[in-house]
Amino acid sequence: MTDNSNLDVKDSESFRRQKSKEEMQKQLISFALMIVFTFIAFAMVATESISRMYVIPILFIMAIVQAGFQFYYFMHMKEKNHEMPATFIFGGVWAAFLTLAGLVVISWW
Amino acid sequence: MSQDHSALFPENLPIEPEKATLEGQNKFFGLWFFLGGETVLFASLFGVYLALKNSTAGGPASEDLFGLGLVFLMTMLLLTSSLTSVYAMYHMRNHDFKKMYLWLGITGLLGIGFLACEIYEFAHYITDYGFTFRSSAFGSAFYALVGFHGGHVLFGICWLIGLLIRNAKRGLNLYNAPKFNTFSLYWHFIDVVWVFIFTVVYLMGKVG
Amino acid sequence: MSSITATNKRGFGAFLWDYLTTVDHKKIAHLYLAGGGFFFILGGLEALVIRIQLIKPQNDFVSAGFFNEMITMHGTTMIFLAGMPILIGLMNAAMPLQIGARDVAFPFLNSLSFWLFFFGGVLLNVSFLLGGAPDAGWTSYASLAMQSPGRGVDFYIAGLQIAGAGTLMGGINFLATIITMRAPGMTYMRMPLFTWATFITSVLILFAFPPLTINLFLLMFDRMFDTAFFDVALGGNTIIYQHLFWIFGHPEVYILILPLFGLFSEVFSTFSRKRLFGYTAMVFATMLIAFLGFMVWAHHMFTVGLGPVANSIFAVGTMAIAVPTGIKIFNWILTMWGGQVTVNSAMLWALGFIPSFTIGGMTGVMLGSAVADYQYHDTYFVVAHFHYVIVGGTIFGIFSGLHYWWPKMFGRVLNETLGKVGFWFFFIGFHLTFFIQHFLGLMGMPRRYWVFLHDQGLELGNLISTIGAFAMAVGSTIFIINIVVTAVKGEKAVADPWDGRTLEWSVSSPPPYYNFEQVPLVRGLDPLWIEKMEGDGTMPPGEPLDDVHMPNGSFLPFLMGLGFFVAGFGFIYQTDYTMAYLALYGGMAFAIGCMAVRSVKDDYGYYIPKEELQKALEGEAK
Repeated sequence: MTDNSNLDVKDSESFRRQKSKEEMQKQLISFALMIVFTFIAFAMVATESISRMYVIPILFIMAIVQAGFQFYYFMHMKEKNHEMPATFIFGGVWAAFLTLAGLVVISWW
Repeated sequence: MSQDHSALFPENLPIEPEKATLEGQNKFFGLWFFLGGETVLFASLFGVYLALKNSTAGGPASEDLFGLGLVFLMTMLLLTSSLTSVYAMYHMRNHDFKKMYLWLGITGLLGIGFLACEIYEFAHYITDYGFTFRSSAFGSAFYALVGFHGGHVLFGICWLIGLLIRNAKRGLNLYNAPKFNTFSLYWHFIDVVWVFIFTVVYLMGKVG
Repeated sequence: MSSITATNKRGFGAFLWDYLTTVDHKKIAHLYLAGGGFFFILGGLEALVIRIQLIKPQNDFVSAGFFNEMITMHGTTMIFLAGMPILIGLMNAAMPLQIGARDVAFPFLNSLSFWLFFFGGVLLNVSFLLGGAPDAGWTSYASLAMQSPGRGVDFYIAGLQIAGAGTLMGGINFLATIITMRAPGMTYMRMPLFTWATFITSVLILFAFPPLTINLFLLMFDRMFDTAFFDVALGGNTIIYQHLFWIFGHPEVYILILPLFGLFSEVFSTFSRKRLFGYTAMVFATMLIAFLGFMVWAHHMFTVGLGPVANSIFAVGTMAIAVPTGIKIFNWILTMWGGQVTVNSAMLWALGFIPSFTIGGMTGVMLGSAVADYQYHDTYFVVAHFHYVIVGGTIFGIFSGLHYWWPKMFGRVLNETLGKVGFWFFFIGFHLTFFIQHFLGLMGMPRRYWVFLHDQGLELGNLISTIGAFAMAVGSTIFIINIVVTAVKGEKAVADPWDGRTLEWSVSSPPPYYNFEQVPLVRGLDPLWIEKMEGDGTMPPGEPLDDVHMPNGSFLPFLMGLGFFVAGFGFIYQTDYTMAYLALYGGMAFAIGCMAVRSVKDDYGYYIPKEELQKALEGEAK
């Protein structure tokens, strides 16, 4: 192995460390956002400041965004080689949606 | 069976030790697919809960029962434990075994804290309100959904403790790195489910 | 512990121990076929009891209660304990070979899947000896199951819960295998149709079984721990059970048929010596069927009263499935069109499948029409319909697949004469039994009734139906005789008895325990056929010769299954005996202890040295 290639290895190593630092930053930001969202959600309900009509959709959207942060940033689903995991999670979400629709919309008595 | 397995203990671990072997890849995909199935499992429980949440049979309803303070605390505990397990995986990729253990340990403690709160919450409902899984269909559905999630947390904690004990002396290698990674994925998924539980069960239950 | 040492000393004890501890997908396939075959015979006997009871009006061959147990166990056994396990057996036998893999992704889990199925099935069936089998129908609707006295339904819950967990693991296992372990060059769009079908079926298993798990869980808690999910007095709702059951149940019927769609594609193209017509369309049609299959469950519930809007949506969705299925039927016919068709036993079953299944599909569209369904619902018309698809599709497919892969699995070719005679008995018997039931249903005969009355015009039809059932039994018996005859003096199979097209025919029959000395290089669809046409007829290696890594066998899966089996008894009997908690906690602790043992040990597997593979390669060259 020549010195040259050693240098390459070192370079790529520091590049990788840099990358994973940036990754960590993104994860921290998403964590902060999740905390903020949670706080807003609880505050909205605790203060009863907004009417029920709006609260429920807002709560729901915030929950979905939080789940997105978990999946894409914490569980790395945005990275490559995650096509199959993503396919199966979305497949599960689709089946979950159908199940919920069945039990909530067309289930009475 | 005398072959050496030195391939699993290289001098320098690759950058992503959890995905360097075929076994690791398999575990990675297998766990993700399992989580896809779990999504439907929890959706079924959510569906049952939503269908039955107004069937209180004259017993306590969600507005009477839930207190937001404790649920907020539980949410913070579980959210933070999600971040600590991200830290643990970060250190795994930097091959820092000790720091990984430290953060995994914190993750486990936060999980135990969450579980303790949940047990306190259930005990509170049972003793102070007489609200059990036999009182009404709402009670059954509530305990089934939240209890199933709590069961998953409990399983996760046992899994983590098992992992920490079995690998304490082994150090990080290509054989056990996938095990840590799959645990962390599972743990994040539990957090995702909790996000929907606190939204759908507690917050929406409080709004009515 | 490896399978080499076990095959050297051929005592029965060693043979048994080998199978109890095996993690080899080919041997697990044998276990699945044996287990599934055993339950198939059991379910068949139950069917005969049903048909004998209905041979004449107001018969008293069995009591009403026992008849309920028979219809429940016949359905449950055939679907969960015979159909699915035999299919999973065929998948285990063929799929890893077809993609050029040495085993499945999780060999240990594969073995655990089998033992969970096995112990779940045994648990379900010991109920006959312990005060009565489940009697609330294979659907076990909560409104009925909650009222069922005795412990039968509890056995249903515990048995299916254990077997279902095994199936779910199997599904995940196949998915991971197909995604990570394909041979070099084996892209997704070069996978044989059976492998595609395995993949898509596994997706269905993954998403359909969790609702069943939850449903059984709810029923278990209502029956054993007095919760109120289905207790109307406390606000419960039994429609939830129906929804969850059919959210599982409808994908389940596609789990039963899609693998056979894949298999028939292989059989038609092999015995027509032609490439499959419309390969891409076949793949996407399979996906479309699976996708639509999740969105039509409520067509089983048209008469529940979901309202006209919901009923219309589900009716349209149901009829839409006929489109991709039609694509498949036409593609199979066009595969044979202009091909050099060989009609042997495997092909006969496949040819018999096309008209039979098409009739079942057409009655399916009739049932899919919500308005008409009010007339057909819970009559023998429905019974005829689903037997036309499940027997005419799944069972015909299983027989075809057994004839097709028997040489590969067991190293001997099944006897052709017996195969053909058996086919004709079964085929004619099948149509005699079920075709007439369409008309019985239209005349108003309800399903699940243990007697029918005189002078309602139902006598002749039921008599014909019973005669047909016996002809089917004769056909099945001839197949069993065929197995014995073949085992005793069957013709030894060469590696490629059918002039095959896919990778499993490029290795010896039966394959060596490591499958491939060198993983093959795949140059296109129908890889072996390409090498026969453009190469020297053998697969080029896709990797240099090297030591091969193999997993160690293990007895733990059997022990875990046993632990859950004991715990199942604990759950069932804890309502009456406190002592049963001993079995519940003991069994659970034992199973979890086995998991801990498995987890704590580092199991690296072992390597087959390069030299041994070299020797095997030279042996083949001679």
